[in-house]
Amino acid sequence: MAQTLAAGARSRPLHYGSMSRDRRRALFWSYFFLVVFAIFFLTPPIYMLITSLKSSAEISAGVSPWIVTSPTLSNFTGLLGDSVFRRFFWNSAIVSIIVVTVTMIVSVLAAFSLARMKFWGSATLATGVFLTYLVPDTLLFIPLFKMFAWLNETTGIELINQWWVLIILYPTLTVPFCTWIMIGYFASIPKELDEAALIDGATWLQTLTQIFIPVAIPGIIAATIFAFTVSWAQFLYPLAFTTSSDQLVLPVGIITTLIKGDVFNWGQIMAGALLGAAPPLIIYAFLMDYYIAGLTAGATKG
Amino acid sequence: MAVVTLNKVVKYYDETLAVKGIDLRIEDKEFMVLVGPSGCGKTTTLRMIAGLEEISDGEILIGDEIVNDVPPKDRNIAMVFQNYALYPHMSVYENMSFGLKLKRVPKDQIDRSVQEAARILDIVDLLDRKPKQLSGGQRQRVAMGRAIVRDPAVFLFDEPLSNLDAKLRVQMRTEIKKVHQKVRTTTVYVTHDQVEAMTLADRVVVMNHGVIEQVGTPQQLYHHPRTKFVAGFIGSPAMNMIPVQLVDDGAALRLDLGADVQLRVPPERAAQYRPFVGKSKLLIGMRPEHLTDAASSGQGDGQTNGSVNGVASGRTFTVTVDVSEPMGMETLVYFQLQGITVCGKVSPDIDASPGKPMLMTAKLAQMHLIDEESGLVL
Repeated sequence: MAQTLAAGARSRPLHYGSMSRDRRRALFWSYFFLVVFAIFFLTPPIYMLITSLKSSAEISAGVSPWIVTSPTLSNFTGLLGDSVFRRFFWNSAIVSIIVVTVTMIVSVLAAFSLARMKFWGSATLATGVFLTYLVPDTLLFIPLFKMFAWLNETTGIELINQWWVLIILYPTLTVPFCTWIMIGYFASIPKELDEAALIDGATWLQTLTQIFIPVAIPGIIAATIFAFTVSWAQFLYPLAFTTSSDQLVLPVGIITTLIKGDVFNWGQIMAGALLGAAPPLIIYAFLMDYYIAGLTAGATKG
Repeated sequence: MAVVTLNKVVKYYDETLAVKGIDLRIEDKEFMVLVGPSGCGKTTTLRMIAGLEEISDGEILIGDEIVNDVPPKDRNIAMVFQNYALYPHMSVYENMSFGLKLKRVPKDQIDRSVQEAARILDIVDLLDRKPKQLSGGQRQRVAMGRAIVRDPAVFLFDEPLSNLDAKLRVQMRTEIKKVHQKVRTTTVYVTHDQVEAMTLADRVVVMNHGVIEQVGTPQQLYHHPRTKFVAGFIGSPAMNMIPVQLVDDGAALRLDLGADVQLRVPPERAAQYRPFVGKSKLLIGMRPEHLTDAASSGQGDGQTNGSVNGVASGRTFTVTVDVSEPMGMETLVYFQLQGITVCGKVSPDIDASPGKPMLMTAKLAQMHLIDEESGLVL
């Protein structure tokens, strides 16, 4: 968007009417605030990158934190060579992939039925789904913990300190929001489309798989990215529910293994955080256009 | 090929009665148009025939089968929607073949049907395109193609031309008529545009407030409307309706439109109208083309209607023109009668500038006498 604006400004001859002056002023302030925000949000990752390239000695040397005098990749190689770290990565990947899959199956089906099959209470249910999303995980983890403890007492099934338990926990965060996105997206698909499919002889499931899902691909991608980001970056649940190092996922793993008492291994912490941020970054970069299209769909009549 | 029959069909939306028990028989191969203002129940009726709305009471038959509880796909119908409802991610070919594919029709047979329909609609070149690469008119053709491919017993059209611009609408209207002449399938067509209704239909159903006002051929509706609503709805510009007193002056029946304008009821209508002498709240209904300038009507009248003759027979009156709209072929003039703006059609050669007095002739053989209380044409 910013690029097209800038290109438009350059190719057009300057007019000294009020419109063009107004436009230039608007552009100036757009750029001003964009630059401010960019600096504000990019400083921490740049700081992380610089620190991750320093040796422990250089970090503790007390020189300017913004300058690297002898860059080293030892933090990265150290982490990647460490089987424990690779285990965290693996756990995170498995949990996220399964959670995303489960979330999308559940929320697409739920959203389709809530948006299209008018049944008794469907509107209330749809609102209820959204309200669920409003309950923060910081409140949810205590009752969840109690439930797991109770389950352990009554049935003997141990759910604490199992990585796969996160696959049950994360959808409580992802499903409501993704369902909500998909309800909105499905609702923006004209009613006549399913009526046409109905007359063409499609069942509900065929209408969903052959008409709605292909048409709603941008929305589905947006929901997928959201679900992936939430489950990849989730910190509180794994911190509360998993403890031993072979059960940990990446965000908690980095913190618990690289901070030993009051010794902070800053170089490796930063390298680990950067490596952990890479998968979502790559996914965003590829799917950004779809993501924006999905989030803003239905805002205007297309 | 099928007859569609509606017996006392009722539709409730919650407490609201949308369709109030209508009876209708649509003959095999007939092009039937449902027309009426928005909210009159025409689209609801169509959707009930399609099976997209449940029927609250009564029954609908397609052929000999009562279809009240038959799902849309088993009713052997095809529907064309106002916004086309093409599947946006499928090519034109896939859009047209989707229904047949779901029915598991063999591939070569699907291909034959699609090619045949595409040929009829002249969209063979578009088969590989996506809907968004098509113009409005082309999309409408594809939507019709999707319907033709299914070879249904009944075609249902739900205001298919309302999304097109005026010029394209006229063009597509002709196309639809042509297609119906080629593929003679029973057709039910919903529109709010009475011109569309008149030009397309074998018969027209005029609906208002959930009831059928009148069913008839376009000519019947235009020349012999049975109710005030039909008289006012069909025809453009609309029929003039002017309060009138019906007086028996001994020699003949006289129509008094205020003190200045007195017209004589033609003798052949006298017997028909005599019972209503002195009745209050009567309206005279005259179409604009039957209110014309006296000079050109002498001739024109002689051709269309020999029974009434001359200025002396109480058919002329003088008015002051308020507004005139030259249309090329004719000029529309607007003037006041009984405090109502009345429209007449005069010859384009006549000077009809505003403020000018003009001698008008009423072709009373074509008049309608309307009882405002019952809403019926007498």
